[in-house]
Amino acid sequence: MRLAGFYLCVVVVVLLPMVFPNNYFVTVVGISAGLHAILAVGLNLLMGYAGQISLGHAAFFGMGAYSSAILTTRFAWPGVWAMLAGLMVTAVLAWVLARPILRLRGHYLAMATLGFGVIIHVIMVQATSWTGGPDGLTGIPPLNLLGWVVDSDTRWYIVIAATMLLAIWLSLNLIDSRIGRALRAVHGSEFAAQMLGINTSRAKTQVFIVSALFAAFAGSLFAHQQGFVSPDSFSLTISVELVTMVVLGGMASTFGAAGGAITLTLLHAGLVVFQDYEMLIHGVLLMAVMIFMPQGLFVGLSQAIRKIGHGLRSGNRP
Amino acid sequence: MPEQLFQFLVTGITVGSTYALVGLGFALIYNASDVVNFAQGEFVMLGAMAAIALLGAGLPLPLAAILATLATVGVGLLLERFAIEPALGASVVTTIIITIGAAIFLRGIAMLLWGKDFHSLPPFTGDAPIQLGGATVLPQSLWVLGVTVALVVLVRLFFNRTLIGKALLACSFNRAAAQLVGINVRMMLRLAYGLSAGLGALAGILIAPITFSSYEAGVMLGLKGFSAAIVGGIGNPMGAVAGGLLLGVLESLGAGLVSSGYKDAIAFLFVLMVLFFEPTGLFGHKAAERV
Repeated sequence: MRLAGFYLCVVVVVLLPMVFPNNYFVTVVGISAGLHAILAVGLNLLMGYAGQISLGHAAFFGMGAYSSAILTTRFAWPGVWAMLAGLMVTAVLAWVLARPILRLRGHYLAMATLGFGVIIHVIMVQATSWTGGPDGLTGIPPLNLLGWVVDSDTRWYIVIAATMLLAIWLSLNLIDSRIGRALRAVHGSEFAAQMLGINTSRAKTQVFIVSALFAAFAGSLFAHQQGFVSPDSFSLTISVELVTMVVLGGMASTFGAAGGAITLTLLHAGLVVFQDYEMLIHGVLLMAVMIFMPQGLFVGLSQAIRKIGHGLRSGNRP
Repeated sequence: MPEQLFQFLVTGITVGSTYALVGLGFALIYNASDVVNFAQGEFVMLGAMAAIALLGAGLPLPLAAILATLATVGVGLLLERFAIEPALGASVVTTIIITIGAAIFLRGIAMLLWGKDFHSLPPFTGDAPIQLGGATVLPQSLWVLGVTVALVVLVRLFFNRTLIGKALLACSFNRAAAQLVGINVRMMLRLAYGLSAGLGALAGILIAPITFSSYEAGVMLGLKGFSAAIVGGIGNPMGAVAGGLLLGVLESLGAGLVSSGYKDAIAFLFVLMVLFFEPTGLFGHKAAERV
């Protein structure tokens, strides 16, 4: 029953487009929510479980997207190969960065990841001959998976929903593995973890790379799905939004991270109506959730539900 | 070439002074509450925008500047009371998100009040450039430099010579101990936020005639101020000032000698390098971890 929550997720994801066929919120917003969920689940591995903040995660998202965009439009690579190349580049960069960056703690770590994100963003804007500069790159061909061309909203929903479920499944299994337990020990106390014989810097490096790969993979999908990339999609604002998704849903909970991502995406889609007030509402919500429910919406709610469940089973009123 | 270098240096120190003031604000708040206030850049923006609006309403410049600073101090106090105090003692990530939320909120308000356009303040004393050696210096640069030096000296005197300043310093070393010797820690917290909002607002008003201001202007300034505080070793006010000047000069040299488009990347690359080799900043304490 360890994966009960996961099976429930699968059922919901499969049923949604059947119950609401051709619904804008399911297909269009759903695709975006699914992408965000992949990013948030990946970031949660690093932030929630290993306890290392990253304010530059959009950089890895962007590296995946730009790798796919550049290789498919300028060098006419097939989408899948471009995606693999993007994953390779991201893994190498994450591996090089991991040791010096993860040696830092708290606010110093926040600064370093933030700086890394800004640097990658500046390169996207400035290296015009490669990236197309502020205008970005257009004309990215649809993804071709062994002859099956992903070119409609419904097909994208299938691809992204499947990837999201895979990400959740991987994350759930990773956390319950030896590496996952090592990471949680690092979160509790790095010093104590070292005393127990855990190679903490290797554990942190591994999770940093995995987390970056989740983001790069989502980036490649995003590039093909949009058919267009520009630096705006990978700015500091996006990095902050990703952290918000993880924290909003509840750190150290895979479903919390995915839920936070989906909630925030729906909220953005809903708040468009308010236009000028969107920033104001966004800011107030962030502050309010963090002040009144610092453990996050989903963790808070699930604890409450569990309490009620316990109360019913033992015959007591909750 | 030497004249050009001197010119870059002057520009760098002018911009660096702003970073120094913002960094100083970061250090003050961090010392008092262990919070890195990501809304610091928004104080800078609010100061500049409010001064511009008040000037537009017909007030003389000095009065507009004073009122704008006071208004920003008010915002700083409100932020402390309604967003920081309820979450005192929360984790680093939580407080970072709260102040990021506050920054987004303040940006949203500024956008509603003043729109998305760029605004600017007239220079305090004309814009006839002064020839200094081979470099051209704007009178406003001298204003920025002069006021920054004065403010830094005042903050130093405040911490070293006044009882309240020493009490604030005591809070930064050990809050519980400070409380035990009868210091009103909560009051000190408010003082730190007010002071740091005021410093930010003044920095914004000083730099507004040189760089334009808009509702988004605080984002980069805040990040550079944060970088200044980190490079100097967080919680070290004078380190933050030195970090800010260093960052400003490097950025200006990078913009002049390498490429102006990459100046932000150069600044942050420098910050990364500092952190990789000195993980607690150039002038930070090598703190031992409590287990």
